[in-house]
Amino acid sequence: MNFPLHDGSCGHSCCLRVENLSVRIGADAILKDVNLHVHCGELVALIGPNGAGKSTLLKAILGQREYAGVIAFSTPGQRSKKPRIGYVPQSPAFDPSDPVSVADLFACCMSKRPAFLGLGKSMRQTVLECLGRVHGEALIGKRVGTLSGGELQRVLLALALEPLPNILILDEPLSGVDVEGMAVLMDMLDEIRKTYDLSILMTTHDFSMLPRYADQVVLIDHALLIQGPAETVLHSREFLQAFHMNGGLA
Amino acid sequence: MSVWYGFCDLLPLEMLHWDFMKNALLALLLMGPLFGLLSTMIVTGRMSFFSDALGHSAFTGIAIGVICGMAFPTLAAVAFSVVFALLFSWVRGRSNQAADTLIGVFSSSAVALGIFVATLGGGSFTKYNQYLIGDILSVTPEQIGLLAVVLLAVILFWVLYSNRLTLTAIHPQLAASRGIPVGLSQTLFVTAIAVVVTLSISSVGLLILNSLLVLPAAAARNVAGNLRQYHLLSVLFALGAGIGGLTVSYYLGSSAGAAISLILAGIFAVTFCLRKRRG
Repeated sequence: MNFPLHDGSCGHSCCLRVENLSVRIGADAILKDVNLHVHCGELVALIGPNGAGKSTLLKAILGQREYAGVIAFSTPGQRSKKPRIGYVPQSPAFDPSDPVSVADLFACCMSKRPAFLGLGKSMRQTVLECLGRVHGEALIGKRVGTLSGGELQRVLLALALEPLPNILILDEPLSGVDVEGMAVLMDMLDEIRKTYDLSILMTTHDFSMLPRYADQVVLIDHALLIQGPAETVLHSREFLQAFHMNGGLA
Repeated sequence: MSVWYGFCDLLPLEMLHWDFMKNALLALLLMGPLFGLLSTMIVTGRMSFFSDALGHSAFTGIAIGVICGMAFPTLAAVAFSVVFALLFSWVRGRSNQAADTLIGVFSSSAVALGIFVATLGGGSFTKYNQYLIGDILSVTPEQIGLLAVVLLAVILFWVLYSNRLTLTAIHPQLAASRGIPVGLSQTLFVTAIAVVVTLSISSVGLLILNSLLVLPAAAARNVAGNLRQYHLLSVLFALGAGIGGLTVSYYLGSSAGAAISLILAGIFAVTFCLRKRRG
């Protein structure tokens, strides 16, 4: 809640630097010599074919995977050097039969008080504030299994935003979301990064949203192939080759 | 116990004239919240079949305990169940087979081992029947004391861990992203079920145990909209079926365990018909 705002001068500073990152599982090199800079306040989209190592890269950044190389964060204006990372995991839908409300989900994640005793007044207020950031106050009493794909992503996003992170990482937030929901979600991410001045790193398979929303698009396939503005990357030879579109769609 | 007996004597109920009925009622009052709570997590975590398998492994433990001449076969059963549960957890974490397949493997192995050990050298199977059919009407004050201790332990466990267990059960990826050790949570829960199931089996029997571990929560899920309703209804259903089943069996002269299970099945049927009213 008391997020120290970056000063305006950090427009071109790097919130996250990944240098010479390699990840191996046994004898297989999942990622090799990846260099990536995420500038403060930018939305960076990570794309690549299935099995290219996108999720692995995110997990290395989150500290859930062992790696070789450097992953460094800068958190201007914040005393602790440890960055707060908000993470929205790649998410299958909840079981529709689970009697767990959105409020319960927040309580399970955030409260020490057992959720089965019900929410206290202050917790309920906190949950409403969190949901307010994604315009989802009305979802508080819904069962999580009955949420649509877009609603589910908004709820998970609200969870990742408490406490407010320096960097927000989302793994395939657009999968399972209909076209209308995608635009709503991307608008919301855009609004959130501007309002709270945070950087966003997300993986996606949906390229239609990129030119409008992404500051940078990074194409990886075990190694970094190309990085730059969406228009450049989506029309590059590397992109066409990676997705086997040699027919010259560009 | 004397306080409880005195209280029962004050009630104008003919069936509470008998000490064994007073014992059974008290045991069921403890079992209501105990199994009501446990069943919520068992059903949410898709462990219904697993708890059923544990009942069988407990029997194997008892058989091994009796053969080894241990003074308390229950102790051997608890040890065997915990090993069974940990081994299952370990294999499940390393296998790509579906959980129900693995449970089938473990369950039939445990039962076969139990029968093999029990009948070794031409031994008779019948002396173990009390553990399988175990009658709530023959529950002793010591067993009631044990149930009370188990109930207190489960409530404490629930207050401390239920949030993490729920999150692990409904969304493992999210739980992991919030720093919850998913594997450890699951192992802890599996071990807890193993201990509770095994300690309860000789006082209540396999039939009633398995229905109380699954049906209260299954019925509650039909109509509950959040975790509080889910837990509350599950405990109420377990309590109601326990008291109702005992009463019915007394006046109709049937098995108490079967009556309780049938009432639970009836509650499930009713809630199933009511389920559409909730979103």
